[in-house]
Amino acid sequence: MKPVNQKAWWLVLPVVLCVAFSAILPLMTVVNYSVQDIISPERRVFVGTEWFKSVMRDDDLLDALVRQIGFSLAVLVVEIPLGILLALAMPARGAKASAVLVLVAISLLIPWNVVGTIWQIYGRADIGLFGAALAKLGISYSYTGSARDAWLTVLLMDVWHWTPLVALLCYAGLRAIPDAYYQAASIDGASKLAVFRYIQLPKLRGVLMIAVLLRFMDSFMIYTEPFVLTGGGPGNSTTFLSQYLTQKAVGQFDLGPAAAFSLIYFLIILLLCFVLYNWMQRVGTADKAEGSV
Amino acid sequence: MARIELDLAHAYKPNPTVDEDYALLPLKMTFDDGGAYALLGPSGCGKTTLLNIISGLVTPSQGTVQFGGTNVTGQTPQQRNIAQVFQFPVIYDTMTVAENLAFPLRNRGVAPDKIKQRVGRIAEMLEMSGQLNQRAAGLAADAKQKISLGRGLVREDVSAVLFDEPLTVIDPHLKWQLRRKLKQIHHELKLTLVYVTHDQVEALTFADQVVVMTRGRAVQIGNASALFERPRHTFVGHFIGSPGMNFLPAVGNGGSVRVAGHDLAIPASRLGSGTGPLTLGLRPEYVTLAEPNAAGALPARVIQAQDIGMYWLVTATVGEGDDAKLMRARLSPQQAIPKPGDTAWFAIVGPHTCFYRDDELVEGATI
Repeated sequence: MKPVNQKAWWLVLPVVLCVAFSAILPLMTVVNYSVQDIISPERRVFVGTEWFKSVMRDDDLLDALVRQIGFSLAVLVVEIPLGILLALAMPARGAKASAVLVLVAISLLIPWNVVGTIWQIYGRADIGLFGAALAKLGISYSYTGSARDAWLTVLLMDVWHWTPLVALLCYAGLRAIPDAYYQAASIDGASKLAVFRYIQLPKLRGVLMIAVLLRFMDSFMIYTEPFVLTGGGPGNSTTFLSQYLTQKAVGQFDLGPAAAFSLIYFLIILLLCFVLYNWMQRVGTADKAEGSV
Repeated sequence: MARIELDLAHAYKPNPTVDEDYALLPLKMTFDDGGAYALLGPSGCGKTTLLNIISGLVTPSQGTVQFGGTNVTGQTPQQRNIAQVFQFPVIYDTMTVAENLAFPLRNRGVAPDKIKQRVGRIAEMLEMSGQLNQRAAGLAADAKQKISLGRGLVREDVSAVLFDEPLTVIDPHLKWQLRRKLKQIHHELKLTLVYVTHDQVEALTFADQVVVMTRGRAVQIGNASALFERPRHTFVGHFIGSPGMNFLPAVGNGGSVRVAGHDLAIPASRLGSGTGPLTLGLRPEYVTLAEPNAAGALPARVIQAQDIGMYWLVTATVGEGDDAKLMRARLSPQQAIPKPGDTAWFAIVGPHTCFYRDDELVEGATI
């Protein structure tokens, strides 16, 4: 018989406590709210799955969800290729490389609300450089008036703020490719495009997976930028999920539905990340069909 | 295919002045069409630099590279039509084995039928026919390196195939197989092969001609027997052979040579015309036991005698005090082997004895 030593539990305890206080207890509070109707601090009624049902029927919320998915997809479609292109264009070594790295990283150091403020002013047609320049060119642009313009501005803001992250990750991935690969490709007579397709892109798979997951999760939780820019307007055009949630929970104190939706929100992110991760794991590793040369 | 002529020097620093500034000292070399060559030397001797200059990955800072009489110094590897295999396997992860092998041909727009036939032939040679449709990324290191070799050999019209220590990552027993395979492929395809290695066994078994390099210099080009019998430089004597050549300081004096306090008779013609101190070199294989005070023999104090199986390796010191030099002899077990502590007499002047002045072989009459 193996000797039984219960002391190991003490070694696990700190981790259990940390995880409990940082993740499980807060999450359970939300679960607790989601199944009760809190009428006042003293009076609460257990309502079962009612909040979940009502949340799923909420048209505004479904609109926000669709808007959110569209936005996150747009972010990925623009930022990932742009980040790769940027990384490919950055110098590989020397003083120039350091200078470019610093320049590229600057936008990553700016806090979200500042980014929102910067673009709010930058995009104004009267005093903002961007807005005024567009106005001078005769392009009508107003993020406060046009839903499309507001949506595009938020997207542009996110691209401006976060593409450098994708670029830096890809840059690190590119630098990790041994020179022998490029030499072999040159000897095999590969074109630049072939080098990208068969060496750089496959070798970037790992960092791209991180980049896609990070950008997806972050953009799915976007809150501050549209809030600062237009407060979610005009209309509901830039009201994404987290803002809708905040309005519900903090603005209207509908804690029950807000909690129910938080959980659904959490599960959606988890599910989409799971799907994305598995899909990217599989891309390019499945066995090819027979007889292909 | 083409004859490769090199007449060049290379320095990574601009304006080299002393020898140490050069990665490759000025050299002149010719590789004949269809030959198997090896560049042999320790790490950092410039052999990989030389290989990269031949392939065009590195442009020499001085001089020219000619392929079949055409100056190709400024051309890329693609223009030179060179194939090169690197130390570590380079494979295209997303492709199958067949696609990997076909890649150099596809990039050059070869017809699909021809590609298929060629890939089939190379796969057969490398014994990879069964794995053609497998993804290359999932294979073991030696299979990956076989793919790299295959990509180097798949083009029929290459000027030369260059190998940069290609068997480093391969297990010893597979190493031997792959080396034989390469030799066989050389016979079948009649390509010019240049093989870089620091392993003398690999170089001598693979190549017809071995270029021995040290510190940016090509000190000798020759076949296995020339490198063994008449090393042109003390480095070659020391580097080739196991153990390497014995070297003893010597002073020439007309018809004799003074080694470790003993005057040994030798025809003056063998010591060449130059002046200055000499070094006597003799391979352990050619050291024989002699009677005390025999002509051309020296007393030596035995410090170790090891049974290596086929022969005994006897280590002894020659000379007294600070001037004592180590000497090794490979003796056949059929004779009485001296024991540690004994004084043995070694015959060191014979037809295989070489003399060096400033590390270079003295060209004298052989007996």
